[in-house]
Amino acid sequence: MSSLSALTRVTLMKDLRLEWRSKDAINSMLFFSLLVVVVFSFSFDPSAEESRLIAGGLIWVAFLFAAVVALNQTWAREIRNQVLDAYRVSPAPANSLFIAKTLGNFIFVTVLEALMTPLFIVFYRLRSLGPVWQLLLVAAFGTWALVVNGTFFAAMSLRTRSREIMLPLLLFPISIPALLAMVQATTAILNGEGARFWIVLLATYDLVFTTVCLLLFETVLNAE
Amino acid sequence: MKKVFPILGVVTAVLLIYALYQALAVAPTERTMGDVQRIFYYHVPSAWTAFLLFFINFGASVCFLIKRNQTADIVALVCAEVGVVFCTVVLITGPIWARPVWGIWWTWDMRLTSTLVLWLIYVSYLMLRRFSSSGETPLLAAALAVLGALCVPFVYFSIWFFRTQHPQPVMGGGGSIDPRMLHALLINWLAFSCFAFLVCWSRYRLEKLQREVDEAHALRSLHDPGGRVR
Repeated sequence: MSSLSALTRVTLMKDLRLEWRSKDAINSMLFFSLLVVVVFSFSFDPSAEESRLIAGGLIWVAFLFAAVVALNQTWAREIRNQVLDAYRVSPAPANSLFIAKTLGNFIFVTVLEALMTPLFIVFYRLRSLGPVWQLLLVAAFGTWALVVNGTFFAAMSLRTRSREIMLPLLLFPISIPALLAMVQATTAILNGEGARFWIVLLATYDLVFTTVCLLLFETVLNAE
Repeated sequence: MKKVFPILGVVTAVLLIYALYQALAVAPTERTMGDVQRIFYYHVPSAWTAFLLFFINFGASVCFLIKRNQTADIVALVCAEVGVVFCTVVLITGPIWARPVWGIWWTWDMRLTSTLVLWLIYVSYLMLRRFSSSGETPLLAAALAVLGALCVPFVYFSIWFFRTQHPQPVMGGGGSIDPRMLHALLINWLAFSCFAFLVCWSRYRLEKLQREVDEAHALRSLHDPGGRVR
């Protein structure tokens, strides 16, 4: 267990340092979601009341698409110098790599959300009628749901021909219930309604899919 | 085995004809919806068959993950392919029925949406099989099938929160149905299941032959690396 956490920490720190120096993923994600915000804002031009109804959907669609950018880069880095092959032959547990990658992506997407949310609030004149701490809960659970499945499917789509296209094709259908829950919860909270059902559903989704991804990741990593 | 296949083919053909007769002539016309209701004898059996096939796909995928048995992989592939076809039939016949009865082609109701999401999941499964390179396809596909099957209850519960417009299920829904209608429905389901089984079987043989041919090609190029280049 201690080797698992040590390996996770080393891999995570390496990814964070790489990202800190290159800023590849975060820059492309930020610019991409900025474009989404601007384009949507032009195409709908909503009033404050309307935007409260559509903002949940807009925010999460923007984050989902932006997250795919980061997820696609997760494993691409490891292929370049056969790092992934080296990892496979090493006795290191596969799950420590998976947890590190998932945590890394979680941090990237959370940073993106923290930077983009103020912009959303300004552009769409948003003001929540419900408690804000619930929104934070939805953001944490929702991001984890996207990232844990996304990291898993990114590892899967590495072996396919057009891998950049394959990831959203695999990720989006499976994420539909999570996405629905995030959007509904966000809209409900913004409008001052209860969102308990959706938050519990998201938490259960996270629990089930994290467990299954951890169980299956070694198989997928070593698939030959 | 070779003799069973044509016999099953004939039985399926007879069953399908009998089921068609039952659905179009014997079953009584529904009082409010009229003849358009008869599409129900194709819609519901197709849905049951598709769900059954997806369930077999899940079982075969789990079996493959545990035992790495090639037969399980072929069964999973075949069931997903035929299941997607039946699911497509469900998604096409549904709106044809809904337009005259509800006045709309589509609504984001629980059963409609979960069937659509199920269809999307299994189409992505088939895409993965098509796009990944040959060696590791079965493993990746099996992993995806397990995740996809786990997704189904979540889809169902999440959409359960929306208003449900779909008619109550025939079985266990508490609704009453004319026994002749039920008879026609069950006969149709039997016929469709036989038909699905027949298609799966022939697809299974095809896939198996295809793999044997591929293997023979690979073996020949191993034994005779300097051989003819085609």
